[in-house]
Amino acid sequence: MGNDSSNKEVEIPLYEVFIRSANGLEHRHVGSLHAADAEMAIMNARDVYVRRNEGVSIWVVPSACITASDPSSKEMLFGPSRDKIYRHPTFYNLPEGVRNI
Amino acid sequence: MYNQSLDKGPLKDDGRDQDEDRRIEFEHNVLAGYTVEPKDWMPEGYRKTLIRQMSQHAHSEVIGMLPEGDWILRAPTLKRKAILLAKVQDEGGHGLYLYSATETLGVSRDLLYEDLLHGRAKYSSIFNYPTLSWADVGVIGWLVDGAAIMNQIPLTQCSYGPYARAMVRICKEESFHQRQGFELLNEMMNGSEKQKEMVQNSVNRWWWPTVMMFGPEDKDSVHSKESRTWGIKRVTNDELRQNFIDVTVPQAEILGVDLPDPDIRWNEERGHYDFGEVDWTEFWRVVSGHGPCNRDRIEAKRKAWEEGVWVREAIMAHALNEKVVDRHG
Repeated sequence: MGNDSSNKEVEIPLYEVFIRSANGLEHRHVGSLHAADAEMAIMNARDVYVRRNEGVSIWVVPSACITASDPSSKEMLFGPSRDKIYRHPTFYNLPEGVRNI
Repeated sequence: MYNQSLDKGPLKDDGRDQDEDRRIEFEHNVLAGYTVEPKDWMPEGYRKTLIRQMSQHAHSEVIGMLPEGDWILRAPTLKRKAILLAKVQDEGGHGLYLYSATETLGVSRDLLYEDLLHGRAKYSSIFNYPTLSWADVGVIGWLVDGAAIMNQIPLTQCSYGPYARAMVRICKEESFHQRQGFELLNEMMNGSEKQKEMVQNSVNRWWWPTVMMFGPEDKDSVHSKESRTWGIKRVTNDELRQNFIDVTVPQAEILGVDLPDPDIRWNEERGHYDFGEVDWTEFWRVVSGHGPCNRDRIEAKRKAWEEGVWVREAIMAHALNEKVVDRHG
């Protein structure tokens, strides 16, 4: 840091951490941590989130790079799937005796 | 590991919540078992209560590294040293899980930590007692971590998702902490007279501070009621304390140590152990900063923070440099 910033430290950036617990499974969000860069974020994630065989692969993403949906737009984003019940197999009545369908 | 209810009163909304309907709906949902996630609407009081409780909990974890950390270099065997190192590392990890969960509420870790370093934030009173002998390492595992587990299991059902998930992870690891402590003590209790004496002496010193870890009695803890409505705290201080004593008394018998409370006896009618009066004057004295080690603990953290400035500056400068190099290829 330059001299001008010596009395006010810059906060070390926040990263979100995703762990794949075993091959064959997807990465899952486990939490976050602070790191100066992605490489350090991986190292820190190793120390914080996989001390006991919790995973085989780590992803880190700067938290600032994540765009999340707004809970108030829930209707717009998730509403339609409820009123289009014909998208679900249970919507259809089949005659008795039909098999394997 | 160490959540403790330290609060004297509830944090009330300061009138900024205009939306009474949303608030009623929120409380209704929480009672129905709905989990609140970071971006959901929440009453300001809920957010503030969580920030305070979760950051206190995080602070307790990192302060909790100090009393045990004092024994890493003096551990009697390589095996015990490796175990203790792993345990102290876990405590640091627990602190990080919790700071990370608290940050989802829109506060920065640096600000929370600054509050700790300047004595504006509280942490569990138990860490203001010194670790005077090796047996203390075992007693902290058995009693202090045992009390912490009792406190933390209901928090895995807490209404705030990130807190609940952090607690699940912590509880899993905590079980190793308690078992290593019990095993350590059991080994000493099968050793020489001097070792047995050391264990008893340690239990005598830690028993009451541990019983105090559950916080003030329900009748003095106004905070509990509001936390219950919001699904933050689902079991009261007194219930937790009773559960802890009920499971610990038989463990003490197996270990062959006496608990320093002559009033402990089985109450057939209640189906619980009765126990003696807690010295609440001592509890409040320690909580308010006048325990044996309050000043040392904060001093140690402040020193570490200040001496680490150059490291933090260097890693940021390095990261910035790398970016510049990347860009210019």
